[in-house]
Amino acid sequence: MSALSATPATRRSRSEHAMLLFVRYSPLLLLAIAWELAALLHLVSSDALPPLSSVIVSWFGLIKDGTLFTNGIASLYRVAAGLGLAVVIGGVLGIAMAWWKPVNVLVAPIVEIFYPLPKSALIPVTVIWLGFGDASKILLIFLGCMLPVTIGAYNGARSAEQVLIWSARSMGAGRLRVLWDVVVPNAMPELLNGIRTALALSFILLVSAELIVAHKGFGYLIGILGANGSYDAMYAVVLTVAFLGFAADRVYLLITKQALAWRD
Amino acid sequence: MPALDEVSLAVANREFVALLGPSGCGKSTLLYLIGGFLPVETGAIRIDDKPVEGPGPDRGIVFQHFALFPWKTVRGNILYGLERQGMRKKEREKRALAFIELVGLQGFEDSYPSQLSGGMRQRTAIARTLAFDPKILLMDEPFGALDAQTRALMQGELLRIWQRTPKTVIFVTHDVQEAVYLADRVAVMSARPGRIKTVVDTKFDKNDPGIFKHEAFVDKVDEIWRLVREEAIKAQGARRSEP
Repeated sequence: MSALSATPATRRSRSEHAMLLFVRYSPLLLLAIAWELAALLHLVSSDALPPLSSVIVSWFGLIKDGTLFTNGIASLYRVAAGLGLAVVIGGVLGIAMAWWKPVNVLVAPIVEIFYPLPKSALIPVTVIWLGFGDASKILLIFLGCMLPVTIGAYNGARSAEQVLIWSARSMGAGRLRVLWDVVVPNAMPELLNGIRTALALSFILLVSAELIVAHKGFGYLIGILGANGSYDAMYAVVLTVAFLGFAADRVYLLITKQALAWRD
Repeated sequence: MPALDEVSLAVANREFVALLGPSGCGKSTLLYLIGGFLPVETGAIRIDDKPVEGPGPDRGIVFQHFALFPWKTVRGNILYGLERQGMRKKEREKRALAFIELVGLQGFEDSYPSQLSGGMRQRTAIARTLAFDPKILLMDEPFGALDAQTRALMQGELLRIWQRTPKTVIFVTHDVQEAVYLADRVAVMSARPGRIKTVVDTKFDKNDPGIFKHEAFVDKVDEIWRLVREEAIKAQGARRSEP
């Protein structure tokens, strides 16, 4: 009888990895081909769905004259500012709720009531408060994104095991040190998850707000191009936003994986 | 009903005492009181005549489920207590390495707890606690989560470490043989409310590899087992009669 042997799974090579990625996203390629054919064969009206090739041509046009760039910068600035505020303030608030009872008593009912409210309902409100410019969009994104971050931070901080806190205390950590050294790192996985939800929400709120009232931004561009009948350019902007949202999520996932390497 | 009632126990310097009893007898609670994690309702716990007021680095604790910081490496976990003691960087790096060596974890300094076996995690936890040099070592069923082989190995290793760095040890367990083997004295606890029923002397030559087969040792295990059995049966009965 031959000796039993086993080969452990080896790490995939770079080219294998690229191949797997290609296979995984190949349905997108099929979708693109179907789109192009449907338009070319006039299965749908070219107003409703211009061929993908002319959308791509329009995209290069928007890049060349700088339209996509100036509007994109405006949109990304709003998302970054609103989301940044939401992460900092929401994170601190959630951990404070878990750590200090009075904060919880004060804030929990507000979070509960506010959570199910569709934040797009606040678009007119933020405009009345802060006008048509950046500030109203930043406030809207901040309000919409804060709660998922707060709830993630709160749940994560609350789940800190008693024995971990006791261990730190017995090694000479005071209460604030326990908060910083045990409760905060313990909250990280759920906090980072909450931020991911917030990231997706921020793009939704951004485009909705810009569609309704704005002088620039992706949403504004989609609205104005659609109203002018430049459908191929409009689709180009829609695809750009879709890709940016996807890319942001992927990059975020990579960062999270690094930060949570200890979980394995 | 209180968890503990009229508990009185004096432990000498550098003595190894086991707290033994059926589950729910409050032996862990007693340990947490000594640790200063829970408030004492009546009475007092004194160390060198000073009453215990909250946790402190004079008492190190090792928990059954290790309680390692999962986001820190083996080295990071061991360094943590040394940082809190305000030890200088160079010194604490040296000390951490020495304790990693003491528990035989060389090569795993930069592993996270999730990458280690149960036995290795508990070694890390023991090293972490020993490293900041507490006078008293509190151990809450430290080998209860380990498989039988690892458990036997760790018992021998704990004795070896204890003989090299003599400390006062209070060791909670429900394993009679473990208690008799490790401890100088075994305090047998009664169930609900937890009281100390008797304290039995269990000094044996721990370095004798055949100790488990010696008649005196076997008899001692038997004697204490009978005491614990009575309590376990009582505890069962009490639980059954509860509504």
